[in-house]
Formats: sequence, C-alpha cells, structure tokens
Amino acid sequence: MPEALDMGKHALYVWGSFGATALFMIAEPLLLRARSRNIKKRIARMTRLDQEVNQ
Amino acid sequence: MSSRFINWFKFSSPATFYPLAGKIAWVSTLIAVVLIAIGLYMSFFVAPTDYKQGEGYRIIFVHVPASWMSMFLYVVMAGWAALGLVFNTRLSAMMAQALAPTGAMFAFLSLWTGSFWGKPMWGTWWVWDARITSELILLFLYLGYMALRSAIDDPRRGDRASAILLLVGVVNVPIIYYSVKWWNTLHQGSTIKLNEESSMDDTMLLAMLIMTLGFWAYSIAIAMVRVRTIILERERSSKWVKQLIAGEN
Repeated sequence: MPEALDMGKHALYVWGSFGATALFMIAEPLLLRARSRNIKKRIARMTRLDQEVNQ
Repeated sequence: MSSRFINWFKFSSPATFYPLAGKIAWVSTLIAVVLIAIGLYMSFFVAPTDYKQGEGYRIIFVHVPASWMSMFLYVVMAGWAALGLVFNTRLSAMMAQALAPTGAMFAFLSLWTGSFWGKPMWGTWWVWDARITSELILLFLYLGYMALRSAIDDPRRGDRASAILLLVGVVNVPIIYYSVKWWNTLHQGSTIKLNEESSMDDTMLLAMLIMTLGFWAYSIAIAMVRVRTIILERERSSKWVKQLIAGEN
C-alpha cells in the first residue's frame, strides 16, 4: 500500500467514511439503471399488448 | 426580438425535456468522474497531514461536500416545488421528485461520515448537538417528502401536497447552516467563511472544492437520469412515450 494511503490509527474512521460514500454513490446509479430498464420493458410490453388487441 | 430569448417554457414539457435531460446526464457524468478522480487523488496524495488531527481529518473531503449537497439539493427541490405551484408545471414537481433520494443519501452520508469523524476526535459517535440534530431533521424531511409523495395515488395531488411540505421544511436549512454560530455546539465552526479568509491550507481547500463540484455534477447526472425514468413512469400511457420506446427497441 502506498504510504499516502496509510491512515495509521485513524484507518477505520477514514476508510469507513470514504467506503460508505463510495458504496452509496456506486449503488445509486446502478439501482437507477435497473429502474429505468424495468419501466422501458414495461412500456414495450404494454405497447405490444395494445397492438395485439387492436389486430 | 423574442428570438433573442430562450423559450424556457418549451422545456417545461416532459416530451421536449426528455432528450435534453439525456444529453445533460452524459456531460455531467463525464465531469463528475473526472472531478471526483482528481479530488480523491488530491485528498490522499496532495493534501498534507493535519498538524492536530493527523490523517483523520481527511474525512472532511467527503463530509463537507456531502453536507453541503444535502442542504443545497433541498433548497433546489424547494425552488422546483415553488415553480410547480406557481406555474402548475408537471415537470417542476418531477424535478423535485428526482432530486429527493440523492439529497436523502447525502444527508445520511453527512451524518455517517460525521459520526466516523466524531468518534476519534470527540470520543463519541453521536451527540445531540444543534448542528447534528438539525441535519438529522433534514434527513427526516427528505424521507417524509418521499413517503408523502408515494402515499398519494393521484400524482398531481401528490405534487402539490409534497411541494408544500418542501416549502415549509426549507426553514431548517438556515438553521443547520447557522447552528454553529447561534448555539454552543460540539461541532466546529465553519472552515469556509463568506466574508473572511478561510482557516484552511490552500491544497486542502482546493481538494474539498473539487470534491464538492464533483458531487454537484454527480447530483445533476443522477437527477437527469431519474427525471427521465419518472417521466416515462408518469407518461407511460401517452403516445410519444410509446413511440419513443418502440423506436429504441
């Protein structure tokens, strides 16, 4: 590990803070992408059903 | 004459804003990634060790940006809510809705990182001090707003009710900001002051500002992607949404 990343006795606190922040800021876009894909799939399904009913 | 002005109301329609939001999201993502990478590098490799707090002070590089964003996003949401109430535009309420989870996340991270900073420096994870308690209230306001929205089935009624809650809650933001001045708190005073020189090393200050701008760009990117999702969810029965999705598949 580079010397600059050695937090000494504060390692738990520094990495606990940066770790939680990283976790949330990576998880949020991933969850959002899943939500966006779901709604697009739902709309596509609804449109297909509409077309089938109309035929 | 009128051609010199941008017709902002044009973009208040979800259908015209949807593609624009997609473009803004891409640019903001790029800016966020670059700024946060530079900010993190500076936080660990450039900023010097603090003479008093040792390495522990580095928590400031996520704590302060997260806290600022939690307050700033709330004010922006209240601004959108006010616009929505005045002009009765659907998109304004959608924008407020799109920012809420990110604001709540930053309020939570502010408390979490503050707690991880408080333990080594003050010897306690939590204290009912004015700054910390008012920030906790901010988190509850975010959660209350989201709960109220999802509890009302009619989206337009939900927009109005939650807009009023947002506007009432905005009084908490100056309380958080000035709490360290108004009351005796364990929390330290502001490091950055508007009318005085800051009490911080220049590289520390720069790293913190770059991280803040990075979090800002992140919030814009997330809000734009989320508002697109909300538009699709709320306008799913409209013709333009169906055509758009059919065109993508």
